[in-house]
Amino acid sequence: MSSDKKPARSAAEKADFKRELTEVVPHLRAFARGLCGRPDMADDLVQEALLKAWAAQERFEPGTSMRAWTFVILRNAYLTDMRRNRFRGEYDETVAERILTAPAGQEEPIHLSDMHRALLTLPPERREALLLVGAGGFSYEEAAQICGCAVGTIKSRVGRARAALNSMLAEGNIPQRSIKDDTAHRAILEELDDVAAGMGVAAIKG
Amino acid sequence: MAIGNSKHNADSGGKIDQPEWTDGLKQLYDSVVDEPLPDTFKDLLAKLDDSDTAGPDHPGGDQ
Repeated sequence: MSSDKKPARSAAEKADFKRELTEVVPHLRAFARGLCGRPDMADDLVQEALLKAWAAQERFEPGTSMRAWTFVILRNAYLTDMRRNRFRGEYDETVAERILTAPAGQEEPIHLSDMHRALLTLPPERREALLLVGAGGFSYEEAAQICGCAVGTIKSRVGRARAALNSMLAEGNIPQRSIKDDTAHRAILEELDDVAAGMGVAAIKG
Repeated sequence: MAIGNSKHNADSGGKIDQPEWTDGLKQLYDSVVDEPLPDTFKDLLAKLDDSDTAGPDHPGGDQ
């Protein structure tokens, strides 16, 4: 009972885990798409995260947030892939335009592609903070846990991200962040190193 | 640029100074959440149980 090692999960617990995991898949897809921009790559990332989550299921504490737990896994997979240059910040505007325009039932088309493009120009740590809090509905505290940083840091990142989006969207001035430019690309990778440095890898390692 | 159309968050409990695009951000996220799940995910989820029975350390299962 008081041993450090957790007993193997029962069939019922595994079934619960599977059900909860299934429920969060749409959220993982949404988070991934916000992070990496390309729907196909985002889905690959989610599949990778799902396999990792399944393999690590004994580390999940039943009763805690499956969404937060799997977001950590997804985020780590994203950072690893990014640092291997897999995504290279690619962004296909045509695809985005088709996929991200307002869903059925929306009277007035909202140019979500503008929104998304603006989002993708943000430094990754601000983008993820804004996605978690502003889109995913996580509290600052939860977002801080997911990102493995202080609550104040998350607040500051969200604040800066909001300010940047405010100015970009208000002025209709969304800069291209060229990844073909070596300097820009190196800067992006350095930012990723910073993001990866202090991370909440507590839940899942490598 | 329809993101900038005026919509006040009068019903969102007081945070009136939020810019209009905050709706867009949420919408961006929700639009993906609301998408039907592609078959690849259903297949993957279904296979998780199989892989569990076979065991990841025993890839040479009959199937």
